[in-house]
Amino acid sequence: MSTIDPAGPHARSVAGLWWAMLGGATLLTLLVFALLALAFRRGGGGDRTQDPRLWIGWLGLAMPGAVLLALLGFALVIGARTLPVPSDDAVAIDVVARQYAWNVAYPGGRRTQDVLHIPAGRPVNLRITATDVIHSLWVPRLAGKMDAIPGHTNVLRIEADAPGTYQGECAEYCGTGHKDHGFTVVAHDAAGWTAFVGENAR
Amino acid sequence: MKALRLHNELTAIWRNEPGWRGHLRSVNHSDIGKRFIVAAFVFFAIGGVLAMLIRAQLATPRSAFVGPDVYNQIFTMHGSIMMFLFAIPMFEGLTMYLLPKMLGSRDLAFPRLSALGWWCYLFGGTIIVVAMLAGVAPNAGWFLYPPLSGRTFTPGINSDVWLLGITFVEISAMSAAIEIAVSILKLRAPGMRLDRMPIFAWYMLATAGMMVFGFPPLILGSILLEIERAFGWPFFDPALGGSPLLWQHLFWLFGHPEVYIIFLPAAGAVSTILPVMARTRLLGYGAIVAAIMALAFLSFGLWVHHMFTTGIPHMALGFFSAASALVAIPTAVQIFAWLGTLWGGRPEMKLPMLYLIGFFVVFVLGGLTGVMLAMVPFDAQAHDTAFVTAHLHYVLVGGFVFPMLAAAYYWLPHITGRQRVMRIGEAAFWLIFIGFNLTFFLMHLTGLLGMPRRIDTYPEGMGWTALNLLSSVGGFVQAFGFALFLVDVVLQIRLGRRHARDPWQAHTLEWAMPTPAPAYNFASIATVADREPLVTAPDLGVRLARGEGMLGAARNGWRETIAVDMTTGVPEHIAILPGNSWLPIATAAALGGFFLAMLAGLYPVAPAFLPVVAWLGWRWAWTNGSRHDVGMVDAGHDRRLPTAFEARQTTGWWGSILAIGASATLFASLLFGYGFLWTVAPGWPPPALVAPSLLLPLLALAGAGCAVVMARRDNAMIAAVGQGVIVLALVMLLVVAAPAPTSHAYAAASAAIAAYAIFHAVLAVLILAFVFARERAGFHSASRSGERRIARLWSDHAAGAGAFCAVLLVVPGWLA
Repeated sequence: MSTIDPAGPHARSVAGLWWAMLGGATLLTLLVFALLALAFRRGGGGDRTQDPRLWIGWLGLAMPGAVLLALLGFALVIGARTLPVPSDDAVAIDVVARQYAWNVAYPGGRRTQDVLHIPAGRPVNLRITATDVIHSLWVPRLAGKMDAIPGHTNVLRIEADAPGTYQGECAEYCGTGHKDHGFTVVAHDAAGWTAFVGENAR
Repeated sequence: MKALRLHNELTAIWRNEPGWRGHLRSVNHSDIGKRFIVAAFVFFAIGGVLAMLIRAQLATPRSAFVGPDVYNQIFTMHGSIMMFLFAIPMFEGLTMYLLPKMLGSRDLAFPRLSALGWWCYLFGGTIIVVAMLAGVAPNAGWFLYPPLSGRTFTPGINSDVWLLGITFVEISAMSAAIEIAVSILKLRAPGMRLDRMPIFAWYMLATAGMMVFGFPPLILGSILLEIERAFGWPFFDPALGGSPLLWQHLFWLFGHPEVYIIFLPAAGAVSTILPVMARTRLLGYGAIVAAIMALAFLSFGLWVHHMFTTGIPHMALGFFSAASALVAIPTAVQIFAWLGTLWGGRPEMKLPMLYLIGFFVVFVLGGLTGVMLAMVPFDAQAHDTAFVTAHLHYVLVGGFVFPMLAAAYYWLPHITGRQRVMRIGEAAFWLIFIGFNLTFFLMHLTGLLGMPRRIDTYPEGMGWTALNLLSSVGGFVQAFGFALFLVDVVLQIRLGRRHARDPWQAHTLEWAMPTPAPAYNFASIATVADREPLVTAPDLGVRLARGEGMLGAARNGWRETIAVDMTTGVPEHIAILPGNSWLPIATAAALGGFFLAMLAGLYPVAPAFLPVVAWLGWRWAWTNGSRHDVGMVDAGHDRRLPTAFEARQTTGWWGSILAIGASATLFASLLFGYGFLWTVAPGWPPPALVAPSLLLPLLALAGAGCAVVMARRDNAMIAAVGQGVIVLALVMLLVVAAPAPTSHAYAAASAAIAAYAIFHAVLAVLILAFVFARERAGFHSASRSGERRIARLWSDHAAGAGAFCAVLLVVPGWLA
């Protein structure tokens, strides 16, 4: 269930964003801690009023401004990749959350509970809602999470690189059974998917 | 000798009565501030014990320590207590104690209001803790999301305890906000222009302003959810046109400004203590003021980042992501200004400095993870995991608890008049600092490995086991650190040696008085010519004690202090503050009766307490004012000033402006909710609309016009009749023309809008009736017209709201 062990394109690009941010944050932390430590050196700045243009203009305004602009641009590109944009080979699956189960309906009419079957290597648009309280569908190795809200339907795009099983969980606190409100994702190869949903659902 | 005589005369006017009576009737800001601080620390200890229970439960997988029912109450109460009963009251207490002293004034603008706030806080907090001991504590998370917190899924009183208890406590937050803002704007030392204020005052001015506009959305949300639970008005029920998302918007409209409301006072303490510890001046005063204002403004534009995974449209996500990242810039300005201050001085490793270094290290890390979480794709992975738990503890413990510990060690000598005993504080620091980082640094990783928040047990083999055990060990190390801190404080209060004035060679006026502080603060009022008055005049305290400042004499038994022009600091009039009173505790008790009756489900009984509150409010206001013209009186330094009885811009006028501003914010939130439901909620358009009556809106408009015109002609009686006509029109509209509020969220929202206007019109009737009675009793004259102008503010607001609501309610029917 690790977000930094991605098994799909959506989770992989977010993991890349995380490692990049971790690197940047480490550098900034070292900068601030070094400035803090150097303030205490013997015979240091001592009674020399500092130049506010350096500290406030360059370090306080310009530096974070530049870093944040770059980061926002980077995150915007990554975010655009995770959108459920229209595409020919995307599969639409309906998921309804309730205390404490996940009910899934597939094209062709097949239904499952607490197991989400998807085709591997193809984008899947999950149409998510809930019938009682708010839940949140999350498969950490495949994609970010999306809330299941009664009265509203949200779409989340997930995709698995390869066939296999992945663990999913409920990320929004939903009552006493919240911790056990998990589910399994089964990603099939093309033949397996066709067999699962039936020929007529292609 | 003159100093001693003056001290005795002023003490006789300002002191509490002896014994219990004095405690219950006290309105002194030092007393109330200290009570807030002590109570907040007690709640901090309770919240800390809950945190220990959480860490004990999570230390090992498949833990059977407590079951999910109890665990859900524990984490809900930990969050609620730390936010509402610790953090906010803690900085309110510190501010109430410090602000008048820093500003060179004798008390806050509305002493009885601070006492009322204290009792509301104590009673409300007690209700919440008693509910927890009774095992019916709130259990839907500190964020109380419906539908889980609604009647269907939380049938017990758990959620009602939160909604009613926290709203009761919120009265203290709102009154503190108004009090602090007006005190900063009006009650300063002569000569203290805005740009000569201590930086702490700027921080608190921004904080108070944010509270005035930040709390009303939550108060509204709490009222709506309680009405839904009690009477079935479906604001948040998707089956009847409500939306669970409306609650989230209202909650986070408050909840995000809230975290800056908590951070800014702590940053104000940092900006005050750091230059003293580095024996220099603060670098970039002006830039910091600009950063504070930018932070206050921006913080209202990023609440949606708590809702990135609720299915918000992509464009909005981009906007709120950018705004969330942008808020890091004013924070960075402050961080580097502080670093520059340290570089420009000679920092000494005294104990407060040690805690400030802890603040720097922890808060910077928390700020950086905050920027990460502002990125939508990353947030979609990290949201609702232990990573966010780690982030919020880094910014709140780093940005609030560490600065408050520094503040405790810095200002304790002021409160106690004693020095530290042993070097326990250093040991406490290292335990807290190491324990904190061990607990929460690892949680970032636990979260990235997929551990969600708010689960009471977890299986082995997820990679979370060792991390959780270490986090729990760190948590207990921290607890020992806080216990040591408490021991250290108690020892200092009991055993510390008395010290001379101003042990730190500080810059600000609070050190220009004897410690512990006398009841009247300053025997005479200082005149200020720069930002660090104690640097230019180290003997200022002694001269003030000799009565060499303004108002250096006791007169008429009045509690006097100087009120200044808001910007220039030129003395404007003499504010005369109220003395000890039963009214605050009586009013809080009456309000407590209302809240307890609601909690018990005695809905017919609860409204009976409201006339009692109104009657106490009447008595409260009646004690102000004067029955004869006083004219100009001697203020010292060869100046003659009018008294507040005959001044134009009194504290009461500004307090009313802010209170109406807060109320208007609540109304704006309600209108936002109405529009939000129309456009986003399922099940619209509604099955039945308010009938498109023409007569009733016209009647309300006529009443409003009458109230506005007649209030200007000083005819309070006829103006009150006009307000009564508004009430009549709106009640008719609800009874005759509107569908039942339980039928659909539209009907419920319409009824809520009408209820807002009706409430204010009834309040205006009361206020206008009060003015009429005061005129008859001889409290008004050509120069004593302050009350009439204040009444006009309230009456105009009620008239505007009444006319607007009456028209708004029928518009959908007209258009249909």
